[in-house]
Amino acid sequence: MAIKERMSGNEAVAYAIRQVNPDVMPAFPITPSTEIPQMVSTYIANGEIDTEFIPVESEHSAMSATIGAEAAGARSLTATSSAGLALMWEELLLAASNRMPLVLALVNRTLSGPININCDHSDGMGARDTGWIQIYAENNQEAYDNFIQAYPIAEQENVHLPVMVCQDGFITSHAVENIMLLEDSDVKDFVGEYCPEEYLLNPGKPVAVGPYSVSNYAMEAKKNQEIALENAKEVILEVAKRFKDISGREYGLFEEYKTKDADYIMLIMGSAAGTAKQAVDDLREKGWKVGVLKLRVFRPFPAAEIAEALKGCKAVAVMDRCESYNGNGGPLGSEVLAGLFRHKVMIETVNYIYGLAGRDFTVSDVCHIFSELDSLVTKGKEVEQYQYIRLREQEAADE
Amino acid sequence: MSDYSLKTIMNKPERLAPGHRMCAGCGATIAVRAVLRALHEGDRAVIGNATGCLEVSSYMYPYTAWEDSYIHNAFENAGATLSGVETAYKVLKKKGRIPKEETFKFITFGGDGGTYDIGFQSLSGAMERNHDMVYVCYDNGAYMNTGIQRSSATPMYADTTTTPVGKKSAGKMQNRKDLSSIIADHDVPYVAQTTLTSNFEDVHRKAEKAIYTEGASFLNIMTPCPRGWRYETPEIMKICKLAVETCYWPLFEVDHGKWILSYEPKKKLPIEEFLRVQGRFKHLFKKGNEDLIAQFQAEVDRRWEDLLYKCARG
Repeated sequence: MAIKERMSGNEAVAYAIRQVNPDVMPAFPITPSTEIPQMVSTYIANGEIDTEFIPVESEHSAMSATIGAEAAGARSLTATSSAGLALMWEELLLAASNRMPLVLALVNRTLSGPININCDHSDGMGARDTGWIQIYAENNQEAYDNFIQAYPIAEQENVHLPVMVCQDGFITSHAVENIMLLEDSDVKDFVGEYCPEEYLLNPGKPVAVGPYSVSNYAMEAKKNQEIALENAKEVILEVAKRFKDISGREYGLFEEYKTKDADYIMLIMGSAAGTAKQAVDDLREKGWKVGVLKLRVFRPFPAAEIAEALKGCKAVAVMDRCESYNGNGGPLGSEVLAGLFRHKVMIETVNYIYGLAGRDFTVSDVCHIFSELDSLVTKGKEVEQYQYIRLREQEAADE
Repeated sequence: MSDYSLKTIMNKPERLAPGHRMCAGCGATIAVRAVLRALHEGDRAVIGNATGCLEVSSYMYPYTAWEDSYIHNAFENAGATLSGVETAYKVLKKKGRIPKEETFKFITFGGDGGTYDIGFQSLSGAMERNHDMVYVCYDNGAYMNTGIQRSSATPMYADTTTTPVGKKSAGKMQNRKDLSSIIADHDVPYVAQTTLTSNFEDVHRKAEKAIYTEGASFLNIMTPCPRGWRYETPEIMKICKLAVETCYWPLFEVDHGKWILSYEPKKKLPIEEFLRVQGRFKHLFKKGNEDLIAQFQAEVDRRWEDLLYKCARG
């Protein structure tokens, strides 16, 4: 029986953690993810779970201890945001290269500077090449559902990689929305017992973790990581299928919202996908053929699948909630365009940077973007291929 | 284990196998073997290791010299990493996933770079949280793995590659950090300072106490490095003895807050005895540098007096 509740995204993830009852959680507080370790500590204090919490002295130590605990044979996790993830960066690489199937609840917040506590994806994107699986949520329901699916993906034998479960800071983490929760027993059965093959605390079967590796061996280790990430794609879909059986909710590598006949598609990630869907509904009423491709799985990057999904449209707006300071576009801008090119899908694209450090992103912004795509396609209007929306100067000019 | 006679203890099985790539005459591996000898037979261990000489020389894929489970994570986080392992042990025991009769002990090794400096925060956190583990610093007084750069454990006036002696430099300008005292101030159950003495009794006894004291323990072991200190490899035991007899490296322990002097030289030797046998202090013996040695002596005396005071207070 599903349970109808109202919760914030942080509450939803903490609730999922309670249901999974993992073994070890080291964490260090940082806005807006702080509530997660707080809530887990409360569950522990009330005897609702037997997880051990380690109140570490930094995020670097949080990920270090998570790796130590996971290597020891314990199902482990941590939570963080922004600068916390940046401080962990070295350890993110080690979690992946040591093939630790641990989980990180990331509550997306911009990176300094200037210091700002609000949402964008610069933290997650900054960790995009660390070898982690990254799954993004649109709302509290997805944050909850994605967390429950994380361990079955991570612990799959042919994957054995860490998973970052991402939700938008404040917008998702703090806003209270309706949610359908699963029964504790269903979650327990779905996630299952953790039975690692090799671990430090296996009596009589010692293992060594974290070798120095000379050039004769190191390159193969990296290639094996890449193969595992490729394997993850299939595993993510299998786990989603199993999850549908217990929840009725369907997940893929991305969600296609009214894209089948669409002339123009917005490719977007996270909470702003909800805004984009509203705009699509409004425009469809006016006869526009528009749709949204909401990317759920950013790593492994589903380039071929995206190219296939976009090949029928005339133009796509690639939305980045992150600057990548390369002078050429945001992270999604670069990767989606490369994917389209490799698969010979030669449609028009415009890469928009939006919502940095919590800047508003509204239905009218989405409508404006679709209308710009239309001018580009039907009137041959010259459109900047890589542009910011909602900068103060633009807003002043619009008024 | 209360029989610390060399004959008995040297008959215990080695837990660091030969074939590692550490230098001849290196103090670190001698210290590691001594510490591991203190483990009771039948007890298992997980060894942690900060990046450094010991790590890159003992676990080079696909070979490991460690008979016990071993984890190297990074340079600055050996404390945090082993605190995760120790916590995992606690919870897996609680949940019945490790058989009741199995005992694991947790020992991590780091050089002074990974312990005094880059790993200082991680160490402090692990000690303050009082994980049931031992952190062993093999202190050779510089970043030896990267080629003898100064650390906060480097003694004053030592010639290192980042404090080279030159026309306008007499080597390192600062005194060394007193890490043993700093960790003692964390109020952990057990802290000890030791080195390789002729019968090894001091290190064996302290290692056993550190491993079998419940809660966090810290062992600071002075381990000479022939490359950085510039001595002939057979001289290592003599140098350790001189460090103790000059009171440069006093032997003491802090057991649940009580300061205990382990050894008091009958006649404290002048510091020159310790400095003269090392190439890194060669410049101090040039004419005109007598005052530098006097300053070095004054600092050794000050710290020794301070230690005697703490130990007298108990």
